[in-house]
Amino acid sequence: MLVNQFLFLAAVIFCIGVYGVVARRNAVLVLMSIELILNSVNLNLIAFSLRNGSVDGQTFALYVIAIAAAEVGVGLGLVLLVYRNRRSISLDDLSEMKG
Amino acid sequence: MPIAAAEVAQSLSTGWFLDHAWLVPLIPAIAFALIILFGKRLPMKGSEVGIISMAASLVISIGAAYQWIQRVHSGGKDTFIEPVVHTWSWWQSAGHSFTIGQSVDGLSVIVLLVVAFISTLVQIYSVEYLRGDRRYTHFFAALTLFSAGMLAMVVAEDMLFLLLGWEIMGLCSFILIGHWWEEDTNSRAALKAFLTVRIGDVGLLVGIAILYFSANEWTTKNLGVSGFSIRGISAWALSGEPNSTVIFLAAIALFVAAIGKSGQFPLHTWLPDAMAGPTPVSSLLHSSTMVVAGVFLVARLYPVFFTGFDILGTGSNFITVIGGITIVIAAALAFVQNDIKRVLAYSTVSQLGYMMLGLGAGAWMPAVFHIFTHAFFKACLFLCAGSISHSASHHSFDMKRDMGGLRKYMPITFATWIISTLALSGVFPFSGFFSKDEIIDNVGHNGYNTFMVIGLIGAFMTAAYMTRATYLTFFGSPRGNSAVAHSEHDAGAHSPHESNWLITVPLILLAVLALGSGFLNATPFGEKWERLNEWVDPRPVESASLESVEGAAPIVPAASTEEAHGESVCGTATPENGVCFAPQLQHAPFKWSKAGLSLAIVLAGILLSWSASAALYTRKDRRLVGLTQRNPVLRVGYNVLANKYYLDALYENVIVRSIAGPIAKGAYWFNQKVLDGVLHSFVFASRGVANWVYRNIDQKVVDGAVNSTGNVTRSAGGALQPVQSGKVSQYGALLFSAAAVAALVLVIVNT
Amino acid sequence: MVAQNIGFAIIAAMMVVGALRVVTTSNVVHAALWLVVVLAGVAAQYLLLAAEFVAITQVLVYIGAVMVLFLFGTMLTRSRIGRQSDLNNTYWKLGIPVALVVFVAMAIALANSFGTEKLPSDASVVSTQQVSDQIFGPYLLPFWALSFVLLAAVIGAIVLARKD
Repeated sequence: MLVNQFLFLAAVIFCIGVYGVVARRNAVLVLMSIELILNSVNLNLIAFSLRNGSVDGQTFALYVIAIAAAEVGVGLGLVLLVYRNRRSISLDDLSEMKG
Repeated sequence: MPIAAAEVAQSLSTGWFLDHAWLVPLIPAIAFALIILFGKRLPMKGSEVGIISMAASLVISIGAAYQWIQRVHSGGKDTFIEPVVHTWSWWQSAGHSFTIGQSVDGLSVIVLLVVAFISTLVQIYSVEYLRGDRRYTHFFAALTLFSAGMLAMVVAEDMLFLLLGWEIMGLCSFILIGHWWEEDTNSRAALKAFLTVRIGDVGLLVGIAILYFSANEWTTKNLGVSGFSIRGISAWALSGEPNSTVIFLAAIALFVAAIGKSGQFPLHTWLPDAMAGPTPVSSLLHSSTMVVAGVFLVARLYPVFFTGFDILGTGSNFITVIGGITIVIAAALAFVQNDIKRVLAYSTVSQLGYMMLGLGAGAWMPAVFHIFTHAFFKACLFLCAGSISHSASHHSFDMKRDMGGLRKYMPITFATWIISTLALSGVFPFSGFFSKDEIIDNVGHNGYNTFMVIGLIGAFMTAAYMTRATYLTFFGSPRGNSAVAHSEHDAGAHSPHESNWLITVPLILLAVLALGSGFLNATPFGEKWERLNEWVDPRPVESASLESVEGAAPIVPAASTEEAHGESVCGTATPENGVCFAPQLQHAPFKWSKAGLSLAIVLAGILLSWSASAALYTRKDRRLVGLTQRNPVLRVGYNVLANKYYLDALYENVIVRSIAGPIAKGAYWFNQKVLDGVLHSFVFASRGVANWVYRNIDQKVVDGAVNSTGNVTRSAGGALQPVQSGKVSQYGALLFSAAAVAALVLVIVNT
Repeated sequence: MVAQNIGFAIIAAMMVVGALRVVTTSNVVHAALWLVVVLAGVAAQYLLLAAEFVAITQVLVYIGAVMVLFLFGTMLTRSRIGRQSDLNNTYWKLGIPVALVVFVAMAIALANSFGTEKLPSDASVVSTQQVSDQIFGPYLLPFWALSFVLLAAVIGAIVLARKD
């Protein structure tokens, strides 16, 4: 198995995730795209861990999973709060910082 | 200072009148102001103020004359009798102080007497002559002001004051000639007089300027006076210092002024027309006083003319030529006049020519003496004419139409007229004989022989035309108005009658003087009789000092170069101790043979004219009546004379019209089109440039730069504004793409 | 080795499809389900990469907890059941070039760096023992930090979501 096949796969997922972050209006869907990104990163880590023959990559991947979970929790809490105040989670409406 | 003992000017006597001779013009000047302000409310409408002021001036003049005679006697025979000088500085500027003051010497005294006396008489005369006139008060005011001006000119110490008096006289002449300005002829005559004299006044200004700028340095250095001072100029002229061209030009300029004022050829045309004014005016201004102002100017500044024209050095000069021409042409014109005042006017012009001739030929004293005597008999003649018009010819002056045979009705007028005519003709022992003969005699003696002959011809013509005028006026039978009864005058009078005492008394006084004034300088009778020579003739001896000048520096010896010494005309070769104020002149010794010749000529003139007049006017001799119409030569001559040598036509139609018409129009066109055009084009050009600059540079470039800065900033801001949309996804996109680009760059760089 | 490659290919294809459906579908719930597919695929890849503990953890945590969280969030924010037509924002087209650029960059980098390098074929499966030895050994500090993070996240989530 080539290293690159996993890496390329990860890159594809990453780019799709990027596209999702840019293109999606719903905040939840943006968070989902961010999950895609994180997962692609994880894939990278595991692939390198196998390539290098060390376990550090997997350890790190575990930590990333944990962090991702925490981040989704907080993120969704924020989304809920925003929804409660504005009745909408459309990112298009959340443009107060507009210059 | 080194002064020769014989020439020390011991203190000459002076007196209150001499020291206060400046009052003589001042009193009439104040009287003028009083008459203008209060005259109409006074009982005699201002004439009393005028007469009193003139009388006061006369008194002071007589006192001054008396004290001057004493001064002369106190000085000794060969001493230079200095004038009595008092000056006040009234303005200082640029290192030069302008002074006003008096300088009274023999010439001033004699002319003061003449002016004051005749002014007084004329004012008394005018009370009756102008009774009921529409502008009575103003007439007296102008008359008084005129006297003030002339008297000021006579006592003037410096040229500016003289100019002031000169101009006041010109103004008053204008006012007085045009006294009855409602008639067009009178106002035109006044303008003609004023403007013609004005042409001459240009010469006066030019002359004063030339003299000031040339003489000032010398006079301030040597005499402590400015270049305006008359004595300073006289001394400078005789010092050998001036450039001969400069002084020649100054002399010409000043003489042009004299030509204008004294009615010499070619500026004589105004004098006959000036007869449009009232007769007292003609008598005072245009016969005895104002017109001699020009002669006075020449006499006063005689050193300038003496040096400038080199009198006594040549047989002919500008002054004598003008004088000679004037004598003859004016006398010729007097033959064809029907207006009695015009005859007298031309006679005045002719006699002024005599005075100028005398001055031009070095006969200074005779010319001044002639001023003196002429004033009396000419004034008397004019007043007689006025008397006739007032009481006989019903305000007409036409001899042929309205006079004749008046000797029966107006005995006093007739007697005074005859006396004055004989004086004018120069018959012994009347005053004119002594003065006119002296002129002719000295003219010949000084080498001006042609002019002596001219003078004799003039004497013949004078006698002739005066006889004609006398015949037409007083002999024959009354014609026209004289023959008609008129009742507007004194109640009960129906025909020509003698005038009021207010008129006749001045006539008598003047006639007496016409008879007797000659004896003041009766040369035929020996030196003891030559009083005026003694009193008035300036001695050409050097003056040692100018002690009578207030604050003047003591004299510094005149230019001590060799040339200056040699060229002194003072009679001594070396004026090392002083300056001289008058040139050395001589007097012709009197010979009865010469006098006899002139007397014979005069008597011939009288007889010829008498018989011709009698033949023509009384008997209407066929051969003579209409002779000038039948004979072609005589007709041409008559027309030339009748048209006054076409000079008036030349002056008015050619010169004045061409200036007023085409030249004035041309000048106006030039001013409007060329000068203004240049100006306007400048304005247009600069306006155009300014507009262009505004539109293109200011609006487009400058404002454009400013505006575009703002626009660029705004559009840049506008362009960048969408970046900050507040949209997370957009931020994310930017972030990622920027990172990607950076990564790409890194990758490419590193591979 | 061929079996692994084929397995990899199938799973990779599923993952890509699933990821694409996540970002393109117009149904939020569907998106979540497709995400599950992706996550599952990732777990399968972990197995292929001899990381069994991480694979299990992935399934348990991600699919089991995170996806449930997502679904709860979807429910609580009243996302419409069924199709929603406005799930893409206005500038969604901007994402394509961005993604492409990113991908190109990474592709170039990867192609240049690793080329056709092969993974070691004789690697044994990493046991749980090894992983835990690493966690509780050299990486103990990050493990405790992680626990604090989780604690903070929980408290934070509670605070945020509280109804006050």
